[in-house]
Amino acid sequence: MAIRNEVVVVGGGLAGLTAAVAAARAGADVRLISATQSTLAQASGLVDVLGYAPDGEGPLADPFAALADLPDGHPYSTVGEDAVRDGLALFDDAVGDRYCGGHTDRNALVPTAGGTVKPTARYPQGTAAGLASDDRPALLVDFERLVGFDAPLAAAHLGAAGVPFDVRGVTVEFPVALDPDATVTRVAHVLDRDRAVESDRGSAGARAALAETVAPHLDGAERVGFPAVLGDDRADDVRTDIEERLGVPVFEVPTGPPSLPGLRLEDALVAALDSAGASVTTGNPVVDYEAADGRIEAVYVEQNGQRTPYHAGQFVLATGGLVGGGVDSDRAHVYEPVFGCHVAHPDDRYEWSEAAAFGEHAFARFGVTVDGDLRPLDARGEAEFANLRAAGSVLGGYDFAAEKSGSGVSLATGFVAGTHTAEVA
Amino acid sequence: MVDAQRVLVIGGGSTGTGIARDLSMRGLDVTLVERGNLTHGTTGRMHGLLHSGARYAVSDRESARECVAENRILRDIAGHCVEMTGGLFVALPDDDEAYFEEKLRGCRDCGIPAEVLSSEEAREREPYLSREVERAIGVPDGAVDPFRLCVANALAAEERGARIETHAEVTDLLVEDGAVAGAEIRHGDGPGKARSARTPGEREAIRADHVVSATGAWAGRIGEMAGVEVAVRPSKGAMTVMNVRQVDTVINRCRPKGDADIVVPHETTAILGTTDVEVDDPDDYTEEGWEVDLLIDELAEVVPILADARTIRSFWGVRPLYEPPGTDTEDPTDVTRDFTVLDHGERDGLAGFTSIVGGKFTTYRLMAERVSDLVCASLGVSASSRTAEVPLPGSEDPEALSVAMDDFGLTSPVARRSAQRLGSRAPDVLDTDEPNPVVCGCEAVTRTEVRDAIDQAGPDLTAVRIRTRASMGNCQGGFCAHAMATELHPVYDESAVRAALDDLYGERWKGQRHALWGEQLSQAALTHALHAATMNRDGDPAARAESVDFAAFDPGLGDGARREGRTDRGD
Repeated sequence: MAIRNEVVVVGGGLAGLTAAVAAARAGADVRLISATQSTLAQASGLVDVLGYAPDGEGPLADPFAALADLPDGHPYSTVGEDAVRDGLALFDDAVGDRYCGGHTDRNALVPTAGGTVKPTARYPQGTAAGLASDDRPALLVDFERLVGFDAPLAAAHLGAAGVPFDVRGVTVEFPVALDPDATVTRVAHVLDRDRAVESDRGSAGARAALAETVAPHLDGAERVGFPAVLGDDRADDVRTDIEERLGVPVFEVPTGPPSLPGLRLEDALVAALDSAGASVTTGNPVVDYEAADGRIEAVYVEQNGQRTPYHAGQFVLATGGLVGGGVDSDRAHVYEPVFGCHVAHPDDRYEWSEAAAFGEHAFARFGVTVDGDLRPLDARGEAEFANLRAAGSVLGGYDFAAEKSGSGVSLATGFVAGTHTAEVA
Repeated sequence: MVDAQRVLVIGGGSTGTGIARDLSMRGLDVTLVERGNLTHGTTGRMHGLLHSGARYAVSDRESARECVAENRILRDIAGHCVEMTGGLFVALPDDDEAYFEEKLRGCRDCGIPAEVLSSEEAREREPYLSREVERAIGVPDGAVDPFRLCVANALAAEERGARIETHAEVTDLLVEDGAVAGAEIRHGDGPGKARSARTPGEREAIRADHVVSATGAWAGRIGEMAGVEVAVRPSKGAMTVMNVRQVDTVINRCRPKGDADIVVPHETTAILGTTDVEVDDPDDYTEEGWEVDLLIDELAEVVPILADARTIRSFWGVRPLYEPPGTDTEDPTDVTRDFTVLDHGERDGLAGFTSIVGGKFTTYRLMAERVSDLVCASLGVSASSRTAEVPLPGSEDPEALSVAMDDFGLTSPVARRSAQRLGSRAPDVLDTDEPNPVVCGCEAVTRTEVRDAIDQAGPDLTAVRIRTRASMGNCQGGFCAHAMATELHPVYDESAVRAALDDLYGERWKGQRHALWGEQLSQAALTHALHAATMNRDGDPAARAESVDFAAFDPGLGDGARREGRTDRGD
């Protein structure tokens, strides 16, 4: 028997999950199809909306005030400020008190593993005590065994960035013996399970042992930051447990990949999707589609060489950008691989990037061009398909990395694609 | 006791460091100056082929014989820098059959072991070879790590008292009474002023009894400073780096000459080479996309999967071709690959000055020996070269390598690769009680190795890269450049670390631009996201002129927020 839903969302990242939740909540019968783990595992878990204007001005204290100045073709210009607020409202509702930031329009500045600060609209509860506009003195801690985050260096860097609080860093040995190449997830699981540690003073849990290791370094610090390894499934327990033992708030500095805050966010959104009543099909890619009269009839998912069609009246394309595989290229072309939607690009591939590492790379803006209803357009400016809408990084026209706008665009366009799709489904 | 004679060597490539090692082993007081890092010039920009000599067995038998002799010597004295992959010269249907026979005869005449393989035998050895391959000649080509070899030569020279000064550019030669008496140096102002007592921008006059220019494609410029003409003909060649080894044997196209005719397996990668285009200025030439396309398209005829394989970057090198005045060969591919030692005393009446030009990496040691012989003769030093007998640092004790293969608290593939890179130095570097995590996952480089390289090279992550291969794999530094940088702290301060990271990241980015399509463009987009979106390195307030008004941003719900009475949502 044919598999049929009113709406099929292709892609399981932030935009796809948002679109699916929005469509399901609007009453549609939704299926989300996702090939592999989403790029949330590579993201920081921060939910940014707009941190810098396209001309580089920033960090912006108020992202909403800057929306009106964005150029035509920017996804925010297409969907408008209300959609940004609607997307955030859906997000706030879906993740509940796991995230903070909804109490104000203002951006927060969150310390990064590299020692800079990053503007963001929402941040995990576990990051809340770390904000850079908070003047309490802070201690940063890192572990000998993990690379990429050096707390004394990050502290010196934050000092050079002019943060309004005293910050020191210390490197300690993680108190539990681990494999030589232990990953961040391994460390997190040890803390989740509060594995027992034997020492001269008898047996203690891993969390107590960690607090004991850090306590002598507090020296007046009123908050303590760790790399984002404080638990996976029980992150809240791990953090509050260590907070109680240290007597000061504890926060995580986003690291990655793999990024535990990103994975925790994915879990929260998948749970929200589940309660909204959508079906989910994961693990295999959409490889082809069937269309008639300018409408997509079905997409084909390939598993073990067999193609299964999934029929629907409406489709959402949320397969990501270059990072997620929603936009691909060869030596001469840039293309959208699932439906073959048009992606504008310079002919000469050397114009796809700039020589300066942080230059204005054309590739950063690669993606499909859409109409006001988020339908991808072909080279002549006509909708590719009447019943296909696009959301998230597969959209062109913005550099999410430079603007710090990736999550916000996914939420706003996911919300619009999902609700519009449900309206016509 | 009489003070040792002083020699200044200009150029920190394979030839220059080889000369520094040779002369210091003969008891001379050597200073080497290099305007960039070691291997900054052509040495760091080659495909890593250790010639068997077969490539020259038809056109230039003298070079072929030198190659096979030096090939054997390097296997002895620098085993930890060499991987004996073997090589194949493969013939496709369009290739000239008579040339194949000539190649085979040439190899045998020059003492290069050569065997003929049938199409089936060749593909049994290298399954990705084209089915079109009709037959092949197997020869002892190999892969050599030019960075490691060059650094080992410099270390050996230092062990015998030489001063190795990188980031030290020669601005003028001191000419006194018809002789070169030294050079004016300007010390560099980058983050890589390694271990030097000199401060950036400082000028220094280094006096010497003899000056050697081992500056390759740049020898014309150095010669000009002393008023002598050295007519090098710089010729650029492109090389494209694949993300995996499609072949484990060096694959050569068996035809007289031509672009895009070699694939060299090198560490975790395979390198496609090359093109040959004469350039006016070795510092300023175009790196062109057609060269990358040519390498891929031509070599895909020999190894078809290359057509759609992933490349991680491309780079260009400049050959220091030289021919005596009046030769005027039209096509640069016809210019001899042999080397020439120019005794400017004899040639130009300018005593105390020697240049070496032409030649190739495989014969660097022999070139160094010949130059050193000439220098010693002119200074009245009778000691002879011992560089062919004495192993380089890292290759002294073949046993140490197998001992080092034992567990240093690392997972075994990592230990194996680290130990191979370090050779007999492995126990010293890897034996630690501290946690020793992997810093660069693509190339399996651990923290102790990175720190060892920092001890040697200072706060210059490009120098750390060439010593360890960290940041040279698939991700091109996207995942590891900042982790490498953190290892500089606290020996070097935060601003030095930041500058070093910016330099390494920028250098990795530039080379990667020649590979930006398909998977590597996806990788680059991820790298961009990690460094710009996640770490906000592009918006770093510490690097921007205007300061941030922190009070304008969300103060959170901690004490600051409570003071403002916003306790409705608690933490």
